[in-house]
Amino acid sequence: MSEFAHIDTRTEGAVAVIELNRPHVFNALNRQMVTEIVTAMEAYDRNDDVRVIVLAGKGRAFAAGADIDEMANDDPITLELLNQFAEWDRMALIKKPTIAAVHGFALGGGFELALSCDLLFAAETAEFGFPEVNIGVMPGAGGTQRLTKLIGKTKALEWLWTGERMSAATAYELGIVNRVVVPELLLEETMKFAQKIAKQPPLSIRLIKEAVHKAVDYPLYEGMQFERKNFYLLFASEDQKEGMQAFVEKRKPHFKGK
Amino acid sequence: MYETIRYEIRDNVAWLILNRPDKLNAFTEQMNKEIVAALKQAASDENVRSLIITGEGRAFCSGEDLAGVTEEMDHGEVLRTRYAPMMKALHRFEKPVIAAVNGVAAGAGMSLALACDFRLALEKASFIEAFIHVGLVPDAGNLYYLPRLIGHAKALELAVLGEKVTAQKAYELGLVTAVIPQDTWEEEVQSFAARLAGMPTKAIGLIKRLLRESDHRSFEDYLEKEAYSQRIAGLTEDHREGVRAFFEKRPAVFKGK
Repeated sequence: MSEFAHIDTRTEGAVAVIELNRPHVFNALNRQMVTEIVTAMEAYDRNDDVRVIVLAGKGRAFAAGADIDEMANDDPITLELLNQFAEWDRMALIKKPTIAAVHGFALGGGFELALSCDLLFAAETAEFGFPEVNIGVMPGAGGTQRLTKLIGKTKALEWLWTGERMSAATAYELGIVNRVVVPELLLEETMKFAQKIAKQPPLSIRLIKEAVHKAVDYPLYEGMQFERKNFYLLFASEDQKEGMQAFVEKRKPHFKGK
Repeated sequence: MYETIRYEIRDNVAWLILNRPDKLNAFTEQMNKEIVAALKQAASDENVRSLIITGEGRAFCSGEDLAGVTEEMDHGEVLRTRYAPMMKALHRFEKPVIAAVNGVAAGAGMSLALACDFRLALEKASFIEAFIHVGLVPDAGNLYYLPRLIGHAKALELAVLGEKVTAQKAYELGLVTAVIPQDTWEEEVQSFAARLAGMPTKAIGLIKRLLRESDHRSFEDYLEKEAYSQRIAGLTEDHREGVRAFFEKRPAVFKGK
């Protein structure tokens, strides 16, 4: 996939890596870049050789916010007609695990991009923030929703209102970040973890992801029903039979993703 | 480019010289900012592999310039906006830093010396926790560093009694690495810094990080940090050179890479 202008993509084993590649502007997200990220993610989502998708930034930062120049002259009608955030909705439909590796900073749209991934690894020196409020707007690609669902109303309002930068340590304490890693080894450690998940039975990983995401949005009763259906569904898989057989035979299972 | 400090490089060693000798190098807002800028410059300059902080004239640094202290001053905000950025920059600084304490280090001037990795003291130098004499508490990270360096009991003694600590006494407390006579002061400081500049710079930075981690991490977390650090050190050219030199039975030449 070399047709992209603003991102770099590659695979390492069963892990696909998408790297934002506009380092001269700290990977500020313009519309084309977001489209490219989503396009790459969707392609990997349908690629049988890929089991986990890692998202990272080249250069000194994961991603600065949206490209301000691009939207400075927009009005509500052009924005409505452009419907740019529809791309972000597509990102939420990716079925395979996505992991963001954040170094430097993830601000505004960059933070929203990181929050759009399932898991988040951060360099010790990374900083997160929603500075939109400082320029008289607010997050538009899910910031108020995803952050609130992650850390609760009280804390979310504080960070969204002040626009201040949050350290990786704080993000970890708040449950936004899974692991805080020394900057030098961020990608290496993220890849190690991704490779570990890539060895798990893919259908389980996939249906667990789907069920957990429902837990965030559904009332408990509906979520329980949904979980049950996915649980039943896995009994149609070869991996379930292999997994249980291997358990009985006291040997390591060999999963095929079928 | 700097007005309140001087910044010079002598053979891979950066000298950050506080330069308000007529005010005993007391801190001003401008000086706080210039120190931050110089630290940033030294951090990103590959030619710099160790840093000396010292004072021009007869003092190291006398702390906050009391001439600027007013009735309306919000001392907390002064610390947040002026001192915290400076102390954080120093705390983050990965290359070895030596405080060459050439005279009195009082108040926040003492804090500055405490935040460095090594303290070399001129024989006539002294340290003084001056804060208590004006009814304040030691600031600029002072009581974070002091008990870690000399223990709780001695830290409390110094901070509460506020007595002058001579260079010799500071040496006995373990606060300074060496006391140096006037005649050989500058060359001994430079040669100590040059020695550090010839060492594996990355490994020194990682040792600094690990020691910081050991202050507040659980043992299990610490061991994980240790593994990270050794992985990083294991990837350096200096590590490869060290091993090569060991087998070739020659002194290693470290490049800080």
